[in-house]
Amino acid sequence: MNAPLNTPARLAAHALCTGYGERQIITDLDVRVPDGSFTVIIGPNGCGKSTLLRSLVRLITPTSGAVLLDGADIARTRSKLLAQQIGLLPQASIAPEGITVIDLVSRGRHPHQSALRRWSKHDEQAVQEALARTRLTDLTTRAVDELSGGQRQRVWIAMALAQETPILLLDEPTTYLDISHQIDVLDLCTSLQREGRTLVAVLHDLNQAARYATHLIVLQAGRIVAEGPPAAVVTAELVGQVFGVAARVIPDPETGSPLIIPHAPVFT
Amino acid sequence: MSVKTGDALAPLRWPHAIRPLRVGRFSVRLEVRAAVLTVVFLLVALAVGVWSLTVGSAGIGLSEVMSAFGGSANPGTSRVVLEWRLPRVVFALLAGAALAIGGAVFQSITRNPLGSPDIIGFSSGAYTGALLVGILATGSTWSISAGALAGGLLTGVAVYLLAFRQGIAAARIVVVGVGLSLFLSAFNTWLLTTMRLEQAISAASWGAGSLADIGWGQTIPVLIGMALCVPVVLWFAADMRMLEMGDDAGRAVGVPAERVRIVLLLMGVLLVALVTAAAGPIAFVALAAPQLAMRLAGTPGVRIVPAAVFGALLLVVSDLIARTVIAPVQLPVGVVTLCLGGAYLVWLLATAGRRAR
Amino acid sequence: MTTPALVTGPAPASTGAGRKAAAVIVGVVLLAGLTVASIFIGSGNITAAQVWAALDTDSGSTTDLLVRDFRVPRTLLAIVVGIALGLAGAIIQPLTRNPLADPGILGVNAGAYCAVVLAATFLGSAVDLTLVSCSLAGALVAALIVYGVGNTGPAGGTPTKLVLTGVALGAVLSGVAFAVTLTRPEVFDKIRFWSAGSLQGRQFDTLWAVLPFIAAGVVIALFMPRALNALSLGDDLAVALGSRPGVTKAAGIVAVTLLCGAATAAAGPIAFVGLMVPHALRSIVGPDQRWIMPLALLAAPILLLSADIIGRVVVSSELPVGVVTAFLGAPVLIALTRRKGARGL
Repeated sequence: MNAPLNTPARLAAHALCTGYGERQIITDLDVRVPDGSFTVIIGPNGCGKSTLLRSLVRLITPTSGAVLLDGADIARTRSKLLAQQIGLLPQASIAPEGITVIDLVSRGRHPHQSALRRWSKHDEQAVQEALARTRLTDLTTRAVDELSGGQRQRVWIAMALAQETPILLLDEPTTYLDISHQIDVLDLCTSLQREGRTLVAVLHDLNQAARYATHLIVLQAGRIVAEGPPAAVVTAELVGQVFGVAARVIPDPETGSPLIIPHAPVFT
Repeated sequence: MSVKTGDALAPLRWPHAIRPLRVGRFSVRLEVRAAVLTVVFLLVALAVGVWSLTVGSAGIGLSEVMSAFGGSANPGTSRVVLEWRLPRVVFALLAGAALAIGGAVFQSITRNPLGSPDIIGFSSGAYTGALLVGILATGSTWSISAGALAGGLLTGVAVYLLAFRQGIAAARIVVVGVGLSLFLSAFNTWLLTTMRLEQAISAASWGAGSLADIGWGQTIPVLIGMALCVPVVLWFAADMRMLEMGDDAGRAVGVPAERVRIVLLLMGVLLVALVTAAAGPIAFVALAAPQLAMRLAGTPGVRIVPAAVFGALLLVVSDLIARTVIAPVQLPVGVVTLCLGGAYLVWLLATAGRRAR
Repeated sequence: MTTPALVTGPAPASTGAGRKAAAVIVGVVLLAGLTVASIFIGSGNITAAQVWAALDTDSGSTTDLLVRDFRVPRTLLAIVVGIALGLAGAIIQPLTRNPLADPGILGVNAGAYCAVVLAATFLGSAVDLTLVSCSLAGALVAALIVYGVGNTGPAGGTPTKLVLTGVALGAVLSGVAFAVTLTRPEVFDKIRFWSAGSLQGRQFDTLWAVLPFIAAGVVIALFMPRALNALSLGDDLAVALGSRPGVTKAAGIVAVTLLCGAATAAAGPIAFVGLMVPHALRSIVGPDQRWIMPLALLAAPILLLSADIIGRVVVSSELPVGVVTAFLGAPVLIALTRRKGARGL
């Protein structure tokens, strides 16, 4: 059920158990994130998708088992080194009052900076590229709290991009955004993946996950129930079993990926 | 949303406040307005300090102060300037800076402008330590200072232990600190009732914070303490800023959140406890200085160095006022800072209310 | 927008009528017992027989004086002040949607105290109408500031912000009061026994002075339970349920001002009663204000009488009742923030 063992996977979890206090959310989970994929984790509410993502970037300490990067347990890796390899777009971040776009995006360079070298040429280039990719170059001097919701999300994404990590994790990047911004974000993810980055995202929209992911992980009650390319994983049976929704699955007319269509309700 | 690599990237447009600076291999993004204001505050603070050396009943003018420094003044003037007034002025500058740094650290970590050590219990704890020593022992200044220092540190440890639950969340530190502060305040009030009236009044005066008895014996330890603690704070200042974006975002850019918070909180408590041990709890410098420095410098968050310099300015001015406003009676400096701080607080609350609409 | 949960912990297993009835009966018995205890216990070795005799007839002896003119009014005042503070807490918590709210923590009592100190310094320190009016004014100003400011910000501000605002304001006001007393040693001497909250030496004149205000506050409060229930769900939902949040909030502030202003004028600033009583009741009868508020009329005086008796008994020189409530309440506050169910802080 896992990704075939011969695909390279820098980021993996082995026998992972995590939870808050006595409630174990994830039990005995093995997962390998294929390099260069756009992996999406989906599942019903409370299945542990956010917990899994946060464990992969060491925001949560596992109660047993380990998360491995290049074979080494990340619990023992120095924070800055880890941040140079794995980036995270968190669900809820706080923009300090009055901070400008460029100031906030520049903070993404923190893992690469030292006490004396706080703004090298490389830092400048990375921020330039990040701003260009998120179309924020004309907004650099604006205060972040004056921007719209969609623009603000782009600022946080630019900050994660400026970090220049080969692996990028995104925790529900499309929540609260309107449809055009959601598509923007997901298209950006795809282009990042095509350039060779490994992306892992938690999405709540099944159809978006099926359409954009190259590798899908379906969680239920803290265990992986299906894993693989969307076309293989997303079936009517799975949707019914995991989400409790009676649906049919047809190929998306635009992309050919699985499209889930819930059955029409019958009113008597 | 993608740009083909190879397109020329537009040069970065910085807001007026920030300028990148590169000198050899050393590079930094300078917050210009903050840097300029820091220098200005520092000069003004030093000027006020030198001026207050001339203030007092001994009628010593500026030229006499200068000659006292040069060693050519008569012994009486030298003694007044160098042994009585100078340590007090130096202490005011250092203590103001130390309190402001402690306040800045706490406000940043609790992500709240009111999350200051004087509200979260350390002043109460230091006062408790001093009162206990005063009651149980005969209370020489040394032992009272030691008691205050121990009281402040123990309160810090208590807050940490009580707030610790799989890590220390910002909100929990605040509430635990408030609870402990109220507990200790009640205890202190009771202790005051167990003393004789004169003893209680002098203890209460100590509790208002005063620089009247400050000599070199109190100033040197504060200087040493700051020499140890301030570099540590500066070292972690960038990490501290990252944590202001939230725990997740801070850790995402590689900040070891728990470790940084513990170290910074320890430094903050030490700085405040050191000052409180020597001069009693001085209200509101820790609360107001970092916030006022932040607003004047226009930075998106508290900054250690501007806060320190503004704190020094605030305290040295307050001490001057305390010494002169109803001369020859000296007010405790804490009363002056309380009034100034109270006015600041009211203004803060009023504008916060308006801004939120 | 999420409103912080007021139910900090699992709901009681059965909030049935049986449990509530039991609570009422136990409460009445406890209150009666403590009232009696409070009259019989105290410093100055007075035997039970002497107390009976004193209550029966006034023969003019010192024992009789002690019992009739000091212990009895002190006991009654403890009940009245307890009711005032407990009800104030029961109002403030749903009003601010803050499980940590308490008039002592939020600086309302500090405002009253500061006004009283200023009045005592400049107008003389008898607990009369002038003093109580000043106390009310101080309480009102503090309540408005804390409520108005601490509750602004997205989603009405967090509980932590409200607590901090209240504490900061309280610190300023207490500091001002303290600084004023430093200039007048006689006032300082009177005040230091009172500034933690104390019932010692309070006589019938104090009781009569504050009783009308507390009674008015109680009357207003007892009309509010339904509206407070609706309000704790959020303004929008409250309106949808037919309640009028604006009126409720105004009434709440008036009631709190009357209750806390009068209580502080009588006994000084006592904290934590308003915090502990609603939480304790919630764990017994659930979050329904229609039960919490009437039961607070029993529970709060039980708490305050106990604290006062403890203060008289445990140390040779009396512990002021406000110190005892702080000793009891601060650990409760800390425990509340550590509970697993305490989200939304």
